[in-house]
Amino acid sequence: MNVIRAVIVDDEELARQVVHEMLLPHPEVEVVAECANGFEAVKAVAELNPDLLFLDVQMPKLDGFEVLELIGPDVAVVFLTAYDQYALRAFEVHAVDYLLKPFDAVRFDAALERAKERLGTKMPPPSELAAAARAPSQYLERIVVRDGPKVDIIPCERLDYAEAQDDYVLLRSQGKNYLKQETISNLETSLDPARFVRIHRSYIVNLERIAKIEPYTKDSRVAVLGDGTKLPVSRSGYARLKELLGEG
Amino acid sequence: MHPILADPRKLALYLAAWIPLVLLLAGVLASTGDFTWIQAGELMVPLGGIYAFVCLSAWYLCRFLPLRTSAIFYLLVTVNAAAGVSSLIWAGAIGWAMASGLGLEPQYLRERPILFGAGFLLFDLAAAFHYALMAFETSRQAQARAMQASILAREAELRALKAQIDPHFLFNSLNSISALTASDPAKAREMCVLLSDFLRSSLKMGDRERIPLGEELALARSFLAIQHIRFGSRLEVEEEVAEGAAGCLVPPLLLQPLVENAVTHGVATRVEGSSIRIAISRAGERVAIRVENTFDKDARRGRGGVGLANVRKRLEVCYGDAASMEVREIGDRFRVDVRFPAEATGVAAQRRPEEEETK
Repeated sequence: MNVIRAVIVDDEELARQVVHEMLLPHPEVEVVAECANGFEAVKAVAELNPDLLFLDVQMPKLDGFEVLELIGPDVAVVFLTAYDQYALRAFEVHAVDYLLKPFDAVRFDAALERAKERLGTKMPPPSELAAAARAPSQYLERIVVRDGPKVDIIPCERLDYAEAQDDYVLLRSQGKNYLKQETISNLETSLDPARFVRIHRSYIVNLERIAKIEPYTKDSRVAVLGDGTKLPVSRSGYARLKELLGEG
Repeated sequence: MHPILADPRKLALYLAAWIPLVLLLAGVLASTGDFTWIQAGELMVPLGGIYAFVCLSAWYLCRFLPLRTSAIFYLLVTVNAAAGVSSLIWAGAIGWAMASGLGLEPQYLRERPILFGAGFLLFDLAAAFHYALMAFETSRQAQARAMQASILAREAELRALKAQIDPHFLFNSLNSISALTASDPAKAREMCVLLSDFLRSSLKMGDRERIPLGEELALARSFLAIQHIRFGSRLEVEEEVAEGAAGCLVPPLLLQPLVENAVTHGVATRVEGSSIRIAISRAGERVAIRVENTFDKDARRGRGGVGLANVRKRLEVCYGDAASMEVREIGDRFRVDVRFPAEATGVAAQRRPEEEETK
């Protein structure tokens, strides 16, 4: 029998204990780590490469969705949550396995069974799942980025701009560059449209960072940021800017 | 819209009430000897029917001249003038035309004053009837409004209560109990009791206007005891209650939301846990409550703010400008200060909760 290597992530010890207990009749599942927060979870996944994650949604530091964004879609995840209507809707929409606390052995076994069937298949795109789990008209407050085992948290107000680079976005914040696997369009929809503008096919900028807009060629302009960085502004990007700044 | 014309059932009732009136008028005409019963009937049934509808117009007059606000003399003159005019048209013109059609013109002209008088009287009666109807409608509407207001108030209360008992807290606590049933049944039972105590007292507090601060503190303590089982050593609580402060009267659910906020934004956001400090002091005529907790500055705000906003609103409603609430972040500490006038510890304050229940 193939051993399924599992990690339990929950900030409450008693909650981890329940999952442990429910796994007792399933010798094919081996718990290789227990984590009390999102950082530990990201580290454990990187180091232990488990097959299955029992992941609490509400945790300090990094929540379940952020953990998923950081570990990527290759590990099967069963989410655990007490009450979160938006998260539940996201799980339903994306057909992700989840357990509502408290749960009994019957429900647990059913979730485990489904998760087993899905082992090896990819999870839905994490950022899409996270976006679906946000309350309507709620925007991203911070962006999580992983660099090897290191996790960086960028509060959105400290993001200067984002630049599309193939399947990645380059995020510029406080003089440093971060790479995140996400499309720029996806990032655009997660950010507060009152504070961030897509000025170009490849660029999103933090409105507060723009010092001035200068003409470049006949049809295009450049945005000059406070630190002197110049970013191209397309015609439609300029129209969006003008609309946002009220004809500025 | 006319209340009688708009409702077919009311209209049918109204017309039915006219049947005896019409018969009476026909009887009066027959008794003069000028008409046979048949002739009187032939004339009066359609004529009376028409007048039944004419009298409905009194409603517009009544609405234009509400009883309460109109000068009584002006009202009497207007209503009687309207009665005179409509009766004149009815008995003088319409009745005459109809009588001529039936070949009863000479008799009719002789008895016309009777019909004129009857028409005048009937119109006045109709006006009185409409005034009564309007008064009835108004009181019914007022009743409905009062009922709706009380339903709304009740709903608001329920909403407030629902907001009070955080579903996260409830389900996570139940999950802890579920975990303990296997590992530590005695502790599981203890937590069941704590949770029940907490829910019972929160439910009971909703409909009281003021409670002793001590009771509020007891609620917060049972809440913290539950959270302590959930979070273990991650949650530390310090308490400092000045003598004599516990007896002061406060609006219910004033302290509890502050403590709840401290937990959800403190210990629940910090890996290393958090300490909560509750300090209650009394300086002369004022009570000061301070709830302080360590928190993670990078944590997202999330569900926060609702509890604090509720407390602020409650303070405003209860004390107006006499109360204040201050929220501050000092380094990694989150501090809420609430100050309000100390209310005399009357009989209510000394009454024990047990007695409250038997009331």
